[in-house]
Amino acid sequence: MDAILLQILNGLDKGSAYALIALGLTLIFGTLGVVNFAHGALFMIGAFCAVTLQRLLSLSYVTIDETRTDFLGNPLKVKTPYVESWFGPEIGQALIDWSVPLSILFAIPVMVGLGFLIERGLIKHFYKRPHADQILVTFGLAIVLQEIVKFIYGANPIPTPAPEAFSGSFDFGVLIGFEPNAIIYPYWRMIYFVFALIIIGAVFAFLRFTTFGMVVRAGMADRETVGLLGINIDRRFTIMFGVAAAVAGLAGVMYTPINSPNYHMGMDFLVLSFVVVVVGGMGSLPGAVLAGFLLGILESFASMNEVKSIVPGIDQIIIYLVAIVILLTRPRGLMGRKGVMEE
Amino acid sequence: MLGLNKRDTRFLLIVIALTLLTPFILQPFPEGSALAQFNAGYPDLMQRIAIFGIFAIGFNILFGLTGYLSFGHAAFLGVGSYSVVWMYKLLDYNVLPGLVLAIITSGLFALAIGYLSLRRSGIYFSILTLAFAQMSFNLAYSVLTPITNGETGLQVYTSDPQYLMSEGEPITPHLFGLVMNESYKLNLGGWVFTFNIGYYFTAVIAILAFYLSLRIFRSPFGLMLRAVKSNQTRLNYTGLNARPYTLAAFVISGMYAGLAGGLLAAMDPLAGAERMQWTESGAVVIMTILGGAGTLMGPVLGAGFIKYLEKIFSKINENVLEGWFSFLPEPLREVVVWIFSRFTGEGWALTLGLMFMLVVIFLPGGLMEGGERIRNLIRRKKNKPGDGASPDGTPAE
Amino acid sequence: MGILEVKDVNKRFGGLHALKDVNLSIKEDTIHAIIGPNGAGKSTLLNVLVGKLVPDTGSVMFDGQSVLGRKPHEINQMGISRVFQTPEIFGDLTVLENVLIPCFAKRDGAFRMHAFETVESEAELIDLAERALVDVNMADKRHHHAASLSRGDKRRLEMAMCLVQRPRLLLLDEPTAGMARANTNRTIDLLRDIKERREITMVIIEHDMHVVFSLAQRITVLAQGSPLVEDTPENIKGHPKVQEAYLGEAH
Repeated sequence: MDAILLQILNGLDKGSAYALIALGLTLIFGTLGVVNFAHGALFMIGAFCAVTLQRLLSLSYVTIDETRTDFLGNPLKVKTPYVESWFGPEIGQALIDWSVPLSILFAIPVMVGLGFLIERGLIKHFYKRPHADQILVTFGLAIVLQEIVKFIYGANPIPTPAPEAFSGSFDFGVLIGFEPNAIIYPYWRMIYFVFALIIIGAVFAFLRFTTFGMVVRAGMADRETVGLLGINIDRRFTIMFGVAAAVAGLAGVMYTPINSPNYHMGMDFLVLSFVVVVVGGMGSLPGAVLAGFLLGILESFASMNEVKSIVPGIDQIIIYLVAIVILLTRPRGLMGRKGVMEE
Repeated sequence: MLGLNKRDTRFLLIVIALTLLTPFILQPFPEGSALAQFNAGYPDLMQRIAIFGIFAIGFNILFGLTGYLSFGHAAFLGVGSYSVVWMYKLLDYNVLPGLVLAIITSGLFALAIGYLSLRRSGIYFSILTLAFAQMSFNLAYSVLTPITNGETGLQVYTSDPQYLMSEGEPITPHLFGLVMNESYKLNLGGWVFTFNIGYYFTAVIAILAFYLSLRIFRSPFGLMLRAVKSNQTRLNYTGLNARPYTLAAFVISGMYAGLAGGLLAAMDPLAGAERMQWTESGAVVIMTILGGAGTLMGPVLGAGFIKYLEKIFSKINENVLEGWFSFLPEPLREVVVWIFSRFTGEGWALTLGLMFMLVVIFLPGGLMEGGERIRNLIRRKKNKPGDGASPDGTPAE
Repeated sequence: MGILEVKDVNKRFGGLHALKDVNLSIKEDTIHAIIGPNGAGKSTLLNVLVGKLVPDTGSVMFDGQSVLGRKPHEINQMGISRVFQTPEIFGDLTVLENVLIPCFAKRDGAFRMHAFETVESEAELIDLAERALVDVNMADKRHHHAASLSRGDKRRLEMAMCLVQRPRLLLLDEPTAGMARANTNRTIDLLRDIKERREITMVIIEHDMHVVFSLAQRITVLAQGSPLVEDTPENIKGHPKVQEAYLGEAH
């Protein structure tokens, strides 16, 4: 029982990332009708927002402390981050330590702005082009974004730790009545999961309870009719692209302590996220979220040694296998609507 | 001739001539001159262009004609490579049995994957093919290690049986004694031309592959494939079953990919799982689109263009750039070199991405459409006083 | 015994009883119109006839063979062709190629791997296709891209594609929908002309009474999923039940 629970928990963080990326992909697909292959790159840019803020906060000036010497006997050079000299050492240290959560504030405007830019500058011109063209141009964009990041930050993964307070693990099993040490779970993964739920909840609430969201949902169902009512959908759809970009970016920001970001992480996630979207059902938001968590958890189960000893290699292919079975038996995915992307 | 009409025969002859003369065409600058770095007449590069040309020609039969966008053709490329290396290990270094096996195994793979994937269309088809290919890739790395040799890649060891190996037989890939990596160098004035056996072997196969694709384009079968792309509803109500047509196209293009993979192993007796990764599938999509999907020459052009630029651009490092811009004053030179070096050397992928975006945005028909536009522009200028150019209805070749 | 026999067909979509005990017999070599107010089940009936929908109960026999559960291409190969409400043609191909494809389908069946012949060498089929284009007055447009044709031309091209297969039964789904009067009349003349020249059975689903009464030899009135009356045009015109069904729709 506790082993099963542990695997479910282990699948949650990856599942959360899948769900968040798939949610954004579905938003873009459902509203704009565009298949966005650059969405993984947006996730990656989000992660590098965290890296950027960490670097900015750690910017330091060098002073020479004459009273101390280094091991060669020269006067010691001391690096002091600017934030420490501005806000005092304690607040400054805390700011650097908390740079990942702080990056959320930094990433939102960056991602929304980038989203607007991409939509107005590029995607807008592709609404009426075939899906293949949309896939190809956003694929090209993904390569470009990835190469720019590679140029700025290099090819190696950059460790971006969580705040000191959350860097360890806690005994989750005890909280729910298991033996001590049965289920040890890292704090940050739990935070990531909760964070993902909050974001997902916020997006759904936004779509359900605001007039803006109502119009967008109507537009997702039937774009032409809503257009005929004289409502300017395009502007709202631009905003939705910004929102989707922000969701992907935040997913990236918070993922950095789990896996050190590198420039190709977007591509790695993209392929899987597309599988997730299709499994969930093209154009279905709940489907995307459900499939994201489901596949994350399945992946975690498949990597158990007990499972691997029965079906060797299953952990490597489980997601694709599930995708194939679902697509062949349920043509429109778990919760897809009829006729989406079938032509 | 060969079942082609006059125009197509002439077209095929031109293609044959260009392919056979490639060692000259790609070597326009004399050795040692400043422009020699733009030469591409190396056996390795020429062979790669021919091989990826075959890959793209085959992909185009599926994507260009039927419109089904497969993201999984790398799987067949990998299967082809493994087949050839296994034949090296079991028989000897003669490439022929391996290539035959490569075509057969990739065809069977394509039959199985295509049979399942073609039950869906649109992006569902793309994702299914992608899922199958990624599965093959992951399996090749893990469970299938006894067949694929995992991360090390499959290669020939001295302990391998090589049952047909005879005394004095070459120990690198060859065709009945013709060793693939042997070359003949021709010094002509300042120029050095290299004629490589491997290249000519690949080139002959590429010409055959092109000829077959030409025949398919002109056949009733090809017409049906274009009809699939155009309107499947009408096709069904016209009494035609789209499924076997698309499946046939899928298998044919899979066999082309397998052949290309096999030839890669004929160049270099190695096969690695990375050949099955989805980026490789993406590469063939890019080549086909860049050249012009659905046209005969487009995919070959696209493959040549990308492989050429890849080679040349990644060679241009900062030192080379310094040399080029040495005439500029110091601060300016640094800026110019800095800018250019972002797009060359290691920055080549950035150039590729940008180029690809620009083509999709402005030239959806690829390089072939670009050529067509330029030709029309020239024609219009010529006929300016008259009634203007008459747009002739023939599609681009 | 008619060429097409529909017996006790029922089709439900959830709570909607779209077809209720439909019985219909279409006689060979007649033009049979099916009319009825919106939502009477005309389209559903047509989709059952071409195999797109399978009814819950009942049978549909074409020339003694059941069409139920067969795929559209199999039904076509039995000798049934269909003209759509909005013309379905191969937009990327030329007009001549559009007509050639049904010629190949008729001669070679649902699939043939003829990858090593050339289209050009099929002189007989090309001749056949060109004659079919002459029949619909489109011979001069044979090298045009089908997508660039006017709507009326697209409709005529689609008819040529169906007729070149010499179907025994031609199903027409509102063949004059959205057409101007002049074009409608031209279509009527075309269909009448075809009927005079060869033996063919046509089933027309139509809103436009002008078309129906100009062409049909038999008319079935469908209302709320079941046939109300079936009779000759003369008798249908003054039929009280028909007027009731249509007046019921008027407000």
